[in-house]
Amino acid sequence: MTELNLELNKNTTGRYGEYGGQYIPETLMNQLDLMTKAYEHYKNDPEFKTELHDLLVDYANRPSLLYYAKRMTEDLGGAQIYLKREDLNHTGAHKINNVIGQALLAKHMGKTRLIAETGAGQHGVATATIAALFGMECEVFMGKEDTDRQKLNVYRMELLGAKVHPVTSGSMVLKDAINAALQEWATRVDDTFYVMGSATGPHPYPLMVRDFQSIISQESKSQLKEQTGKLPDMVVACVGGGSNAIGSFANYIDEPSVQLVGAEAAGKGVDTDLTAATVERGSEGIFHGMKSMFLQNKTGQINPVYSISAGLDYPGVGPEHAALAASGRAQYVGITDDEAVDAFEYIAKTEGIVAAIESCHAVAYVQKIAPKMRKDQIIVCTLSGRGDKDVASIAKYKGVNIDD
Amino acid sequence: MTSKLKPIFKDNKAFIPFVVTNDPDFESTVNNVVALAEGGADIVELGLPFSDPVADGPVIQAADIRALKADPDISTDTFFDIVEAIRKETQVPLVFLTYLNIPFQYGYEKFCARCEALGVDGLVIPDLPVEERGEIDPFAAKHGIDIIPLVTPTSASRIEKIVSKATGFIYVVSSLGVTGERSKFADDLSELVTRIRTVTDVPTAIGFGIHTPEQAAEMTGIADGAIVGSACVNLVAEYGNQAPQKLTDYTKQMKTAIAGQTSKA
Repeated sequence: MTELNLELNKNTTGRYGEYGGQYIPETLMNQLDLMTKAYEHYKNDPEFKTELHDLLVDYANRPSLLYYAKRMTEDLGGAQIYLKREDLNHTGAHKINNVIGQALLAKHMGKTRLIAETGAGQHGVATATIAALFGMECEVFMGKEDTDRQKLNVYRMELLGAKVHPVTSGSMVLKDAINAALQEWATRVDDTFYVMGSATGPHPYPLMVRDFQSIISQESKSQLKEQTGKLPDMVVACVGGGSNAIGSFANYIDEPSVQLVGAEAAGKGVDTDLTAATVERGSEGIFHGMKSMFLQNKTGQINPVYSISAGLDYPGVGPEHAALAASGRAQYVGITDDEAVDAFEYIAKTEGIVAAIESCHAVAYVQKIAPKMRKDQIIVCTLSGRGDKDVASIAKYKGVNIDD
Repeated sequence: MTSKLKPIFKDNKAFIPFVVTNDPDFESTVNNVVALAEGGADIVELGLPFSDPVADGPVIQAADIRALKADPDISTDTFFDIVEAIRKETQVPLVFLTYLNIPFQYGYEKFCARCEALGVDGLVIPDLPVEERGEIDPFAAKHGIDIIPLVTPTSASRIEKIVSKATGFIYVVSSLGVTGERSKFADDLSELVTRIRTVTDVPTAIGFGIHTPEQAAEMTGIADGAIVGSACVNLVAEYGNQAPQKLTDYTKQMKTAIAGQTSKA
């Protein structure tokens, strides 16, 4: 595996068109300044890069497979479908890519304690895992609603030695977990590094998360070239805050022939109030440290959002996605709960893969679009995580009782 | 631009209490602000309720939730209507504490113009660090509104950059973390204020955690004013209709405590 190219992103200003920035309380600004400087330094440091590379390969199990989904391709009868198997990474999702990078940076900055927010629990699990590996303290903030939906991941984090704080403020989901993590960080900045899981928040987070996650498209590009000699015609990934999507897109943004599609969580429907389809339904705003697109009311109060998927129900989207949507370089489409659950069952039965309900939003879009494409065209769809964590809640959604 | 706020600190230690707009309703906000003015508040800081106040602790978060629960679709025009009603009763200097998204959605120009018209002389914006001031600065300057910067014990080498742009007064954050009553403040507050004074003659007011008269006296021994949020919000939450009397009494007590303090910093 070639080393991750941390220099891919030439724009390191923290501004993506008019989006991005650092709209965050002053208490945290000095830390962000230090973090920005440290990242600019270490991303060019050969020792840091070697350490990162070794962890990605030897610990996280990279490169992840680019798998030709033959049965799905034949069944849908259109474009050839390749699945980028981030679900096969250690800890079962793409989140580990970014956590290894940020935690390594934290270590080099002399921090001894990691804090993180988590929605579905995958980012929390990844952070708890690396904290254990590095012998660091770890505390994870998770909405009470999500600790109930994802009990298994809560226990998993505790097993790894992390302390999990159920957050009972606001709507008790991912947004509120981020608020709580920011507040905790403001209380204790000196020894603490906030490991942000998505491509959101103030600079330098969207930049770092994109860089660390760009391993996904760096690999898929060379793997597809090896397997077919071609570039994909389309790359599809699910979008909550947008970390796996920005990583899946990064190496294709400058390849105009490659269509980029983000599958947002439409919940009960893009036109209902029970949705998390930020790009389609949202408007420009300033929240959680960034100027971006948000689901909000006219006064600027952030709306509660809904999706069956705990990892996608966030009222905003990373600033680079907002810029890609504004320029038309990427398209964002809403996928409903029902469509995602259908895709969850479909990919299990067709390919023998139980994929995360988040990732199944991307799969559902592939089911729709592949039949409309030519057989010589290629779709790369990122499976951002595995679906074991979702089995119980999908059973419940389908009305199946699996207790005892 | 001549600041309307700066002269308030000239011969007087300033007491700056805080309540949340529309907590628990329109009328109470008006009555509470009038009560603070009657008690002798030098400036009243009015918080605009926000769904996700990341710089605030549980007490002010709860007040924001109460204010929004009372009127979930409350508009920024209504916030200004409340100020208009206050202005019929008192000319006490007012500043808003608002997260940036509220003026952003309303439009910076329109927001600052309305502030000017109603005598809201300053804006404290906790999620607007000096790096992003360009967002709103031109509009604020045009309408004579001070953007009150925050300096914290973690600002370190950022202090010069922050305070060199300051007008009105400087909000010195007493300690790490979010708003809320505390028994202990950062050890180096005096040094912090001294460092600010080497750069600017813009006055300073310390906030975050101050609730007792003794603390107010101690803090105004260092800085030019004391800002008290959660303690006032607690009175509003606890006493309902009786809150105005409590707020007036509390303000008098705090004013007495800080009267005659001279800055040691």
